[in-house]
Amino acid sequence: MSEAALAVHEVWKYFGDFPALRKVTLRVDPGSCVALLGRNGAGKTTLLKILAGLAAPSEGTILLEGKSPRDAATRSRIGLIGHGIAVYDELTALENLEVFAQLYGIAQPREAAREWLRRVNLGHVENGKAREFSRGMRQRLAVARAFLHSPKLLILDEPFTGLDDRSIGLLQALLRDALATGATAILSTHQLPEAMELATHVALLNRGQLAFAGERTAEMLADPNWVYKHYGEAAA
Amino acid sequence: MMLFLRQAWTIAAKDLRSELRTKESLNAAFAFAVTILLLFSFAVDVDPDRIKEISGGLLWMVFAFAGALIFNRAFARDLANDCLDALLASPIPGAALFLGKTIASFTLVLAIEMLCYPVFGLLYNISWANHFWTLAGVTVLATWAMAVIGTMFSTLCVNLSLREIMLPLLVYPVLIPALMGAMLLTTQLISGQPISSDNQIWLRVLAAFDIIFTSLALLLVETVLVG
Amino acid sequence: MKDKLLFGAGLMAALYLVRNLYVILVDLPDEAQQGAIYRIFFFHLPPYFTAVVMFLGALIASIQYLRTKDFKYDCFAVSAIEVGLAFAAMNLVTGSIWGRQQWGIWWTWDARLTSALITWLIYAGYLMLRQAIPEPTQRAKNAAVLAIFAFTAVYFTYKANEWYRTQHPGPVLTFRTGKETIDRSMQNMLFHNTGAFLLLASVMVAHRMRLERNQREVESLRRFVHAH
Repeated sequence: MSEAALAVHEVWKYFGDFPALRKVTLRVDPGSCVALLGRNGAGKTTLLKILAGLAAPSEGTILLEGKSPRDAATRSRIGLIGHGIAVYDELTALENLEVFAQLYGIAQPREAAREWLRRVNLGHVENGKAREFSRGMRQRLAVARAFLHSPKLLILDEPFTGLDDRSIGLLQALLRDALATGATAILSTHQLPEAMELATHVALLNRGQLAFAGERTAEMLADPNWVYKHYGEAAA
Repeated sequence: MMLFLRQAWTIAAKDLRSELRTKESLNAAFAFAVTILLLFSFAVDVDPDRIKEISGGLLWMVFAFAGALIFNRAFARDLANDCLDALLASPIPGAALFLGKTIASFTLVLAIEMLCYPVFGLLYNISWANHFWTLAGVTVLATWAMAVIGTMFSTLCVNLSLREIMLPLLVYPVLIPALMGAMLLTTQLISGQPISSDNQIWLRVLAAFDIIFTSLALLLVETVLVG
Repeated sequence: MKDKLLFGAGLMAALYLVRNLYVILVDLPDEAQQGAIYRIFFFHLPPYFTAVVMFLGALIASIQYLRTKDFKYDCFAVSAIEVGLAFAAMNLVTGSIWGRQQWGIWWTWDARLTSALITWLIYAGYLMLRQAIPEPTQRAKNAAVLAIFAFTAVYFTYKANEWYRTQHPGPVLTFRTGKETIDRSMQNMLFHNTGAFLLLASVMVAHRMRLERNQREVESLRRFVHAH
């Protein structure tokens, strides 16, 4: 069996008394795209944070390509769009991307930053401060930041939220390209149709527990609510 | 090693650029410092000799409190929009992130201090620059001490809503030995004398403080940053 | 069984202290220069020494916690620091009273007393930080790091105050004021009282650790209930 891109084994996460994740076990093979579904408060963000190495599980283990998420080499392969967009308001779009390009050790940070600004249709405002951007523009900047270093592991928390049509298409195209080169992606979302198009697998979190994990079927594509209907809280 | 320093520098440059754009805390800290220096003239007899005796004490109290306004913001900018998450997920080691932020805070506070000295000299009619380079050296050592402790304890408080209240309470008692040394040395230097052999030990105290606490911080900060 | 041991140790500590008190008040002669008040020193230095031992213990426990992530070390650290703070407070109060008696002022900038006050503030900060972090793992982690910084800072504080006071001499709280050597029986009593306080401190730490363990068990039971 080939090495899993993401291996989550019996992970629990407590915040004080409250179990945000309960004995979650999930295995994601390389090249898959997992749509992580669940109501608000189900634990999606918590799980994604732990996958990205931002928090440690209270119990259980997480391995990304067989290594800890905190491993430096692994981190340079992770592309993250978190719950907050992680954009510095006082810096320009170009400066924002340059900082991250430098941190990821990209050879020509300024050129790479410019290139990516063009790809997300922000090339014309490269010297504009992020604070002055519309929500959609900031989101596109965040997308550029996440894809800048050609990551092989994409961890995206509600990446479609707040995007207009054009931007959604853009993100879908970027994801498709990345997946075509063998990247693995896990994304949480409420935008079901967009996610179902891209997903090869689907997982559903119900109050911290994994209620469903399996391949994305034709039925799910036809009716994006299918998973919620059959495995969601009302069904349980 | 080079990569480490380059990454630290990227963070320091980002922080400095951010702060210089808005000048929020810089202006607040400088205004605060100048106000206190001004107010002090009403509190005591403005006799140059007397002022020289307390110059170190006054100046470093001003620097410590003005500095707090800067250190409090060390991580605040990164918490907006969850930028800290993106930084932590990137390959930068926690220690490099910490070093970068410390350098940025240090630079800002040092700039304020070097502006305060001439203001002080002007207001109280004291020629303060007789031993300029030694004074600068002492200022650098003590400011670095403030920066390291201020930034490190900021990371300990980084998730607390009470950060603004907590941080000074935690930081100042720990800084006392360094501030003590800075005050004594500054008083002597501003009074126009070079550092006496008696007071040499305070230079060593400052240096040791800086080296030991910087090392501890670099060692432990990664543990604290990753939840 | 453990309960009985603890109770027995507590009783021993109490009896030891009572016996020491008797000796201090009745048997020991008055000191040459200070008269009767010097006796407070037996409740000034031993608590200080005990507090230092507690803080050192907490330092070691904190380092161990960071290495093993085993909560029993965190448990010990917080207990030791709380108990240490209590004894450090005793040190401060007796120092203040003594100073008042000797020189008519409530606070003397004696090197050790000043350092003790700063130390107390530093460790009070530790407890404050713990209070402010609700999540147990993060609390233990951050507190452990702070404890390491605290102990280092305390060392600097003591040295700095010592050097400061050699340059700017001030009143000193001690009864080794002259060239005379300290009386043998007084020296013995210092050791005895230190021993008594250490024993008392150990009992208090053990008791506090038990409280902390119970608290953690309650927390984990609550989690269990919430999860199912």
